[in-house]
Amino acid sequence: MSNEAFEPKLVGFLCNWCSYTGADLAGTARMTYAPNIRIIRVMCSGRVDPQFVLKAFAKGADGVLISGCHPGDCHYQEGNYNALRRHRLLSKMLEQLGIEKERFRLEWVSAAEGGKFQQVCNDFTEQIKKLGPLNLNGGKNEPREA
Amino acid sequence: MSPEKPKVAFYWCASCGGCEEAVIDLAEDILKVVEAVDIVFWPVALDFKKKDVEAMEDGSIAVSFINGAVRLSEQEEMVKLLRKKSQLVIAFGSCSHLGGIPGLGNFWNKETIFRRAYHTTPSTDNPEKTVPLEKTEVDGKELHLPSFYDTVYTLDQVIDVDYYLPGCAPPRDLIMNALQAILEGKLPAKGAVLSPNKSLCDDCDRNESKPEKLAIKEIKRPWEVEIDPEKCFLAQGIICLGPATRTGCGQRCIEANMPCRGCFGPTDQVYDQGAKFLSALASILDTNDEKEIEKLIETIVDPAGTFYRFSLPASTVRRRRMEAIK
Repeated sequence: MSNEAFEPKLVGFLCNWCSYTGADLAGTARMTYAPNIRIIRVMCSGRVDPQFVLKAFAKGADGVLISGCHPGDCHYQEGNYNALRRHRLLSKMLEQLGIEKERFRLEWVSAAEGGKFQQVCNDFTEQIKKLGPLNLNGGKNEPREA
Repeated sequence: MSPEKPKVAFYWCASCGGCEEAVIDLAEDILKVVEAVDIVFWPVALDFKKKDVEAMEDGSIAVSFINGAVRLSEQEEMVKLLRKKSQLVIAFGSCSHLGGIPGLGNFWNKETIFRRAYHTTPSTDNPEKTVPLEKTEVDGKELHLPSFYDTVYTLDQVIDVDYYLPGCAPPRDLIMNALQAILEGKLPAKGAVLSPNKSLCDDCDRNESKPEKLAIKEIKRPWEVEIDPEKCFLAQGIICLGPATRTGCGQRCIEANMPCRGCFGPTDQVYDQGAKFLSALASILDTNDEKEIEKLIETIVDPAGTFYRFSLPASTVRRRRMEAIK
């Protein structure tokens, strides 16, 4: 498959209070952006278990985005700091497993930043298009079910 | 030898021999085992051959205990044969349960492992650059060796497994409990790990010493500090996999003043031990500042190898991507 025809599959975990509302704003404001992202709403970016990220990659995602409230703005005070710490540590571990850290992105998007969400989605899609499909070992990385 | 006794087989794949030792370590209890069952196949101790197993009727072995991960074609062939001949297959020990230490080979592939083992280690003296071949001619005769796979597999990735006896190696009381459960027909539902389903911290003697809120300012490696023998390892800044590891081991490492390395694998609620531990560790790093977080994480030298020390092949990603290996 040439990278021209490659449409990345992106999974986005968006927090209920800021980023999901920001994405909703992008929609109601009729901003257009790359349709590659599949949004999953979670209550807080700190709720995103690293297992979710790995499972997304193993099940065929080419990139994973976690998006939460700006530092200091978390609805639960500190959830987004947990997301930040996990993101940095998991990125390091993903590189050891041969998954480029560009495929795993953390962004802060507030409820007012529809435009930023649009730009993040476009930018992330472009970046993953350049990297190409992840295709974890030819799809042989099927995870064991819980 | 009475004909009614259930037949039992032991087999080893990619393992160190420690699991065989665990059977020997049953000491006098082994007599109770031999009284209750007939051991029909056990390459480390008894002289039965593959053809003897082939000659048995399908399903005639009551239970096969198989230790070691699967990384050679020979191992795959043998475990498939034992599966056919056995009513129950029990994955015995960390390597067959999760991949174990040999599973760390999944950071590499056949080519890079051979290059390292046969060419580039400082102790290698191999001017002819000999490597094991699957087919060789010696004095006009053709010799065969099993093929070496790029990837190490857990036993249940190769054959259907009924139960798991965790641990590196499984402790004596768990082995005896399992044997008793088999003999009395009191086994839990298929697929169970035969050890309590809670985390090591739940049982740990040092749990009392854990502060209400764990917070790590500095990561320390066991050789860098004098370890307090009473205090929670994580509270001392030492990485201990207890929170993400199943209990039942009898705290062998903790009592020797070493942190948990995770050989029992995760509890039933968790499907990726390394990711779950990563989650726990990241949340107790005691800073919210981006730069400080990154600096602290730099001191965690080998997260994948530490968090998946025994479970890389059983993890969600299973191995380093082949494309990323040079």
